Amino acid sequence: MQIRISSSDGIPIYRQIVNQVKYLVAAGRLTAGDQLLSVRTLAEQLVVNPNTVSRAYRELESAGVITARQGSGAFVTDNGSPLALREKRKVLRERVDMLLAEADSLDVDVTTVIKLLRDRSRKFKSE
Amino acid sequence: MSDVIVNFDRLSRSFGAKQALNEVTLQVERGSVFGLVGENGAGKTTLIRHVLGLLKAKLGAVRVFQLDPVQHPKDVLGRIGYLSEDRDLPDWMTVAQLLRYSQAFYREWDETFADQLRDQFDLDPRQKIKQLSRGQRARAGLVVALAHRPDLLILDEPSSGLDPVVRRDILTAIIRTVADEGRTVLFSSHLLEEVERVADWVAMIRNGRVGLSGPLPDILQNHRRLVLRFESPQLTEPDLPGAISCQGTGREWTVMCNGGVEELRAAASRAGARIVDDDTPTLNEIFLAMASSSTDPRGAS
Repeated sequence: MQIRISSSDGIPIYRQIVNQVKYLVAAGRLTAGDQLLSVRTLAEQLVVNPNTVSRAYRELESAGVITARQGSGAFVTDNGSPLALREKRKVLRERVDMLLAEADSLDVDVTTVIKLLRDRSRKFKSE
Repeated sequence: MSDVIVNFDRLSRSFGAKQALNEVTLQVERGSVFGLVGENGAGKTTLIRHVLGLLKAKLGAVRVFQLDPVQHPKDVLGRIGYLSEDRDLPDWMTVAQLLRYSQAFYREWDETFADQLRDQFDLDPRQKIKQLSRGQRARAGLVVALAHRPDLLILDEPSSGLDPVVRRDILTAIIRTVADEGRTVLFSSHLLEEVERVADWVAMIRNGRVGLSGPLPDILQNHRRLVLRFESPQLTEPDLPGAISCQGTGREWTVMCNGGVEELRAAASRAGARIVDDDTPTLNEIFLAMASSSTDPRGAS
């Protein structure tokens, strides 16, 4: 479970964990039935308070992404592809919003952004 | 068993003309990581000294495990693991001697665990304390503080002057301590990124007074940082209701508030400003905003 936390992001740590787990699931790197790291283990790995991890896991559970089985841990749920697709779009939409905000503050118009996206996509595919 | 591990009740203390603590009222709950933040000289160490019974409460009271630490030193200190800022250790002892010496003070000392920690921190038992680097000294102090699995771990500016690897060892120790049920951590720090990662509750001390105190998630959620772009350059600091701080020049100003975001947004709009950034500030930003604020902090929130 590769998760990275940024200390001074403006995004609360628990939310970063939630977003990244959702992303891992949507990207297929965590699949149905996979067991998540225990709260304690993940807290130690990320060097954050265990309550922060608990909070993230609770939110993931109420979002239906994971399910906690008493005593044995948290597992990725068996969610159909429509949800995964919705999640994928949501993750990307957040990143698009950040990109647009940054472009706006740099005074770069959206046509230039789209061209940049196309250029980078081409480079990406050729590697 | 009560849930309040440390209780400060209107604790005040002066040293000559200087008022080091002024009506400090705080509770540290069992199982929590309590972060004490403030500038150097704000009163954090004085507060910690009261917990350890090194200072006797003259005005107000302090209770640790419901006991007065001055009246019950053995019962209180026997359950506390303490790492001081200057890592005060006997220079002439070897690491092994230090551990054997410390073991005598704590009924709950676990020799196997102490050895495990020593090994994990790569401390050579035969090395003299005075030969250790700063980081290794801190690690040695950490072993002594942790080996008896204290109910209360107290760290006074644990990270000061240490490299990232040792700092991570210290933060990991904090996390492991509270992950073990029933154990509590009280630490003072001015490294707010670290406090933001591990604390459950934060209290800001300024000139001996508690300026802000509450669960960390609440503090972060209640504060808001807005960056405003005015139509015309502002020659003086814009007057916006509810702003704790207002920094900037010309057209762009960064404003911080604690609650009342909607009013602030509306006021900004009326003043002819566009909101170009609107997010949760970091603990560091909140702290700096409060430090620059001219109002004197009043009691706990």
